[in-house]
Amino acid sequence: MSDTTTATAASVAPASTETVLSVENLKMHFPVKGSGVIRRTVGHVKAVDGVSFEVAKGSALGLVGESGCGKSTTGRMVTRLYKPTGGSINFEGTDIADYPGHKLKPIRREIQMIFQDPSTSLNPRHTVGSIIGAPLRIHNMVPKDKVLGRVQELLELVGLNPEHYNRYPHEFSGGQRQRIGIARAMTLQPKLLVADEPVSALDVSIQAQVINLLQDLQKEFDISYLFIAHDLAIVRHFCPEVAVMYLGKIVEIGDRESIYEHAHHPYTQALLSAVPDVKQAAVGGRRERIRLEGDVPSPINPPSGCHFRTRCTFAKDICSVVEPPLLQIGKKHKVACHFPGELHQHPEKPVTAPLLGVDEFGAPDPGASPAEVPGDGPGYADTWYDLANNSRGRA
Amino acid sequence: MFELSETPGDGQMSKAPGDNAFLSVRDLKVHFSTSDGIVKATDGLTFELERGKTLGIVGESGSGKSVSSSAIMGLHRGTNAILGGEILLEGVDLLKVSDEEMRKRRGREVAMIFQDPLSAMHPYYTVGNQIMEAYQVHNDVTKREARKRAIEMLDRVGIPQPDRRVDDYPHQFSGGMRQRAMIAMGLINNPSLLIADEPTTALDVTVQAQILDLLQDLQRDFDAAVIIITHDLGVVAEMADDVLVMYAGRAVEYGPCKEILTHPQMPYTWGLLSSVPDLTASTEAKLLPIRGNPPSLLNPLPGCAFEPRCDHVAKVGGDLCRTTLPDLTPATSGGNHTKRCHIKNADEVYEAEILPEIAPDLVED
Repeated sequence: MSDTTTATAASVAPASTETVLSVENLKMHFPVKGSGVIRRTVGHVKAVDGVSFEVAKGSALGLVGESGCGKSTTGRMVTRLYKPTGGSINFEGTDIADYPGHKLKPIRREIQMIFQDPSTSLNPRHTVGSIIGAPLRIHNMVPKDKVLGRVQELLELVGLNPEHYNRYPHEFSGGQRQRIGIARAMTLQPKLLVADEPVSALDVSIQAQVINLLQDLQKEFDISYLFIAHDLAIVRHFCPEVAVMYLGKIVEIGDRESIYEHAHHPYTQALLSAVPDVKQAAVGGRRERIRLEGDVPSPINPPSGCHFRTRCTFAKDICSVVEPPLLQIGKKHKVACHFPGELHQHPEKPVTAPLLGVDEFGAPDPGASPAEVPGDGPGYADTWYDLANNSRGRA
Repeated sequence: MFELSETPGDGQMSKAPGDNAFLSVRDLKVHFSTSDGIVKATDGLTFELERGKTLGIVGESGSGKSVSSSAIMGLHRGTNAILGGEILLEGVDLLKVSDEEMRKRRGREVAMIFQDPLSAMHPYYTVGNQIMEAYQVHNDVTKREARKRAIEMLDRVGIPQPDRRVDDYPHQFSGGMRQRAMIAMGLINNPSLLIADEPTTALDVTVQAQILDLLQDLQRDFDAAVIIITHDLGVVAEMADDVLVMYAGRAVEYGPCKEILTHPQMPYTWGLLSSVPDLTASTEAKLLPIRGNPPSLLNPLPGCAFEPRCDHVAKVGGDLCRTTLPDLTPATSGGNHTKRCHIKNADEVYEAEILPEIAPDLVED
């Protein structure tokens, strides 16, 4: 097999740098109600607490993190299944974060979602034809007598037998059901697909089939993906850009190589070291890994300063006082850590302190002049902070 | 429960297992009678396991991994399952002992950790209560002693403040903590055989690493034999001493972990290896899925069950694959490595065709 024919759209750098989706400082704080008659709001679950990212046209951004880090909530806000409590969602130049229901209908054509569990996201009492045809009818896309033809086209597109439009979801296997979910999402020819753990409920041999299908669709229709998953290997395969989330915030974001080969955040490094590796069989025994102790803290009352400091082996005084900003440290690489560095090369002094106008313990430093932090905002700046010589860098 | 007649099954190993193994499963069959016919969920499975060792069972859903291990636990008693073969635990056939005898062994000698701790634990009782029950059933102790032991076990599996958390309900625990509590429950009677059915599938990678570490520590301390059922080959690579690859109710490849994962000789194992991306592979290449779907167990094919999905049928010639079920025969690499495949020169095919695709950096010039 030659590499040129098998190269996939996702792995090739997108030709255009046109941005489809730009999310800035997005927040979702769910109220926590107290008991009693009045049910006062006693606190907030800060499920997503200010995330910013961009998705380029025809590209894919992977969102990874442990359960409860807010990656699914982010996906649901982008599809506007949730109304965000703060921030903006710019889809092709318009901010849809505050759109009321009736204005959302045309947006639904453009942004569609693929759900994790195909057996619960398909109505068991509807035939496959009716499930896939529903968006066509709702949006009056084609005349009634043409719906069936279009449904059969879609079934063929995702690799199912078009004759099976009259069957019910239970008559299909797990992988086939996920294909039905994908066909439904493709019905309206969306520009952006939010795939929330699209393959984690499937067997390994079927996972690869579905991933290949998603990539074929991407190549054919120039679709952009927001790909939410916890499997780091699959995200690496599928997404040229990756964002790592922890407790409602993005701790590291960058292109594939920056994240997987040059991770600078201790959490990303721990995540990557925890992935079991088949190649370990040749060596025997367990891989050496960074052990994270304990569990993710509660998002109702997250730790002060850096959210990750309670489980971080490098945490120092400044980490509990000042929250690290998302600092751009490479052409396409941002990290939110006071001590960013590759594994075993974390700096002794917080590199962020001078930028924030604090001393190395996090106390306000009257002598320092706070500077603009490079990399603020959803995209990447032309200049960044060069860790090697503590100065501004440039492409 | 019915017993099948003692005729040797078509899936019998050519080599008789040793008599001194701690756990020896011979020609195990678990069939279910349904209105559509007999489903042969497990059909002639043979393996053995020593104390202190770990066996990894891999395969797709429906390949019979869980059904076989439930048979070892005696969980098919009282159902319409038809069992055959032998499950010898220290020389005693678990399929022949009485229900009362099995009840005494279950949880004490053989324990199981289930995949989803949220559905495996009772939501109405505290975690402590459920762990204490497991201890009190097998030991004549007071409630106070059982509680002390439960707290001790929770501490052992790394639950913080075990004396307080013992009174919590399962929903108050996080996913990783619930799995730890399940492990505490499974190990409270120091079982000599522990079956972990997808113990980390529902967990995040960081928690998965913690749980796998814990399982290994505990195995070392208790010198238990562990069967770990999973579909994650990475987990198997790091945990198992031996690997059993199952397909359509039968073992298709069985041998030492290193052999199976570095020199696999069965196209299904090749498919499993090439369909998972890893953290170092080239992202330019497409994943190579196994085409098609797992076969129905209702009407098993006369030949190799993997034949409809296999890309290497042509290498055998004729219609041998379609008509004759291959036996589990020793692989060319020798040792204890066995495979169920007609391909004669499987090792050469692997080196020449499969290895360059899954790990080009390992190809030797």
